[in-house]
Amino acid sequence: MKWIKIEKEDFPRGLKALAETYQCLGPVKGEKYHDFKVLDENRPPDFDFLNTPLSPKFLVEPQSEILFEYTLDEKKEDAHILKEAQKDLPPRLVVGIRPCDAAAFLLVKRNFDTEKYKDPYWVRAYEALTLFGLACQTPCAACFCTTAGGGPFDEAGLDALMVDAGDHFLVKILTEKGEAACNTAGWENVVEEKAALDAAALLKETAESKIASTVETDNLKQQSTTALYDAPFWEEVSFSCINCGTCTYVCPTCWCFDIQDECYGCSGVRMRNWDSCMYPLFTLHGSGHNPRGTKLHRVRQRFMHKLKYYVDKYDDGIQCVGCGRCVVSCPVNIDIRRVCNLMNALPDPSTVCPV
Amino acid sequence: MFNPYLPYPVRIEEIVTETEDKNLKTFKFAFLKEEDEDKFAYTPGQFAELSVAGKGEIPIGIASSPTEKGFVLFTVNKVGVVTTHLHAMQPGDIMGIRGPLGNWYPWEEMEGKNVVIIGGGFAFTTLRSSIVYMLHPDNRPKFKDIHVIYGARTPGMLLYREELASWEQRDDIHMHITVDATTDPGWKYNVGFVPAITEKKAPPGDEETYAIVCGPPIMIKFTQPVLDNLGYAHDHIIMSLENRMKCGIGMCGRCNVGKEFVCKDGPVFTLAQLNTMPKEY
Amino acid sequence: MIDYTQKIREIAARLLKEGTVDMVIGFRKGTVPMMNEPCFIRKPEEADRLVWDSHCGINLANYLYDRKEKIGVVAKGCDSRNIVTHIVENKIKREQVHVIGVPCTGMADKRRIGALSEKDGEIREVSEKEGRITVKGDSFTKTFEKKEVLQDNCTTCLHRNPVIHDEMIAEPVEEQTGIDPFEDVKRIEALSPEEKRAYFQGLVADCIRCYACRNACPLCYCPTCFVDESRPQWVGKSIDPTDTMTFHFLRAYHCAGRCTDCGACERACPVGIRVRQFTKKLNKDCVELFDWEAGLTLDERPPLDTYRPQDPNDFIK
Repeated sequence: MKWIKIEKEDFPRGLKALAETYQCLGPVKGEKYHDFKVLDENRPPDFDFLNTPLSPKFLVEPQSEILFEYTLDEKKEDAHILKEAQKDLPPRLVVGIRPCDAAAFLLVKRNFDTEKYKDPYWVRAYEALTLFGLACQTPCAACFCTTAGGGPFDEAGLDALMVDAGDHFLVKILTEKGEAACNTAGWENVVEEKAALDAAALLKETAESKIASTVETDNLKQQSTTALYDAPFWEEVSFSCINCGTCTYVCPTCWCFDIQDECYGCSGVRMRNWDSCMYPLFTLHGSGHNPRGTKLHRVRQRFMHKLKYYVDKYDDGIQCVGCGRCVVSCPVNIDIRRVCNLMNALPDPSTVCPV
Repeated sequence: MFNPYLPYPVRIEEIVTETEDKNLKTFKFAFLKEEDEDKFAYTPGQFAELSVAGKGEIPIGIASSPTEKGFVLFTVNKVGVVTTHLHAMQPGDIMGIRGPLGNWYPWEEMEGKNVVIIGGGFAFTTLRSSIVYMLHPDNRPKFKDIHVIYGARTPGMLLYREELASWEQRDDIHMHITVDATTDPGWKYNVGFVPAITEKKAPPGDEETYAIVCGPPIMIKFTQPVLDNLGYAHDHIIMSLENRMKCGIGMCGRCNVGKEFVCKDGPVFTLAQLNTMPKEY
Repeated sequence: MIDYTQKIREIAARLLKEGTVDMVIGFRKGTVPMMNEPCFIRKPEEADRLVWDSHCGINLANYLYDRKEKIGVVAKGCDSRNIVTHIVENKIKREQVHVIGVPCTGMADKRRIGALSEKDGEIREVSEKEGRITVKGDSFTKTFEKKEVLQDNCTTCLHRNPVIHDEMIAEPVEEQTGIDPFEDVKRIEALSPEEKRAYFQGLVADCIRCYACRNACPLCYCPTCFVDESRPQWVGKSIDPTDTMTFHFLRAYHCAGRCTDCGACERACPVGIRVRQFTKKLNKDCVELFDWEAGLTLDERPPLDTYRPQDPNDFIK
């Protein structure tokens, strides 16, 4: 494993070189908050942030994305026939993405890149990414990544991991993509592995020790789906929910979408837009029947999907990276950590005395 | 990269109004490109997304059988934006079909077995596909007794009436057509709800007999105890679910019942499977 | 605020014990600083869950309708006005709710406090005492005068005391006077049409169409919101700026004469859009044209669903 050192003052020069090959993105401070934006000389990355309130999932799954184009003009030979929308997909380098958000792409990949079907829009956008993660040295109060299967220095899904070491970054190069980007940037100051590892390990330990909030997940797999579904706590858990889409829209691992046609005169597009299991419309049948017709159904679906269905389907942990965004953004303070622990601790119904 | 969202362009060849309320029409489509028909190789029980540019898509069970060549059939109930638009379209119009999607009835497992088809209302489309498929000379020897119990509110609400009549004439299939009620003095078949006719006409359940049940929730609710009484094991009761769908390929997230996606892991499930799943359909 | 909490618990326990109500809706302590969560209790012994402090901003009127139970509800001034609106609009019956009135001194704006502490680090703990709010982070402690960090709508609130109640938890607080609630609206009114357009476009530029503003609003109870209608589809579903703008403006108009300026929409917005900039202009118009503030009386219907011969009609020329 190769470690390099990038002096912070050299960073802009490297980014400038990278911009020849890549579209570079990074956290940029806006009026209200940090968000991932295309970088240029006038818009440098600002690494002085906890995490962005909106997840960078939009890099791969934009909130609105055109899939197809068509014409309804009967005079045209190809009227009513859908054509795949042509997209400019340059290689994109993302600097400063948090490990949780990079790991989230791997969880979501299971949905879009399957044996039977591949979602070409998602797969292409994901493959175009090179991810330079920034280790989390000041984890947020609502973060629980260490018990959600990751960690503030987690390398999963990253091409390189940057660790802030004061006046320089220590960078662990993890993949060929990461190596290629470093070469392009001229970041080639290789440091001795042992020393880098030791320095990073110390910072990592400090960061991990700051993560005070946790979830219990060990029991979720063996819990019965129907027992969890019928658990007594859903009324209480869902009571405050207003069924907005905030939790799902800020979540890096929520991927659900809607497909819509829109026309302007004779030219039309088929697009997909983020959708949310919180919305009644999401599952409403044409007949008016709704299998998830109450907010209890919908809140339960969100948590069951993340913490039970996904766990059972892929047998590799929960569909959550513990970034804490939904906890912080929920307008009514519904907290996935609390719900996860309730689900994990649900007593086996066969052992409970029916009073 | 293959794009699973891209529909095959098709032309509407023929539109047949099926029911007296004119809410159900059968559309016969031909593929604009011959090779697309081969790509659209399907098995009875599967569905497809019918795509109308400018309106959207709608998942509909495939009513034709793969043994019928040169066209595909879909029977569409007029309900929402897309289906209403479809009902106003004309032969010659161009649209799209995306699929085939989902799983199918367990034909390999049912080989050499009795098959009882129980259907109600307009949920008879993939059952038509199944009957035509099984009755094809290449396939008929693969199955033992075939029973069909099919009911609608009135004679005029039955789908595929001419075909039903022709199947009645055959001796290699036991037809039990029924209506909830009729004032037609010429009606020569059964009168009564599907569960009642099932009780009277369906063969007893055993290891060698499978029931495929499709219909409105109320029919399914009352047919299930009848099948239980007849001795059908729950892994021998096959059902097809419907949920709101968009992508049809298990990605958009809305049609799940527990961890299964109706569009990709279904729509066909055994009752034994459904018993372990939340009732979100 | 401790005594408020204590009083609410006593009343809730008594109402449940006496069988006056089947459930009490109030707040429980939140899991993150400066957030409490709406909750319900059904048994007197659960009353200890209820709390009250300056982080009970969510409008509980949003939780009352479409329920069968007899409900006790903890209500500050704005909540009570929305309860009135619900009663007038036949969403609930007066006799179905037992209003536990809370005289309110305003709710803290967690965004404002967060912004004022941003340089120091993340807030991990909050407490309040004698009109001051103290926040603590890993390496800092900061104290604010509560009146300096109120939600914007609370700074201009003229009805801090519940307008209806079945019992009060304390003596009424003094109402604010000498305030112009529409100063900001006047500034916008003075802009040119182009400037106004640019102003509102800028306001909603960050909107992610999550509908938190709509869903947090007690007025937005339509079975199917116009943005969700598909036949016909009034509004596109993407984040096209025109569609986003249409949503915000139309929603505001649907609230005209009904909005109590409770601030639920703004508080709920995950990207900090000042949603009240849309509704406040209509509130101002209602005051000027109809001498009307929403939710103050059970005896009068809101001006936009009634006709009176003396209604201003200067717009018909």
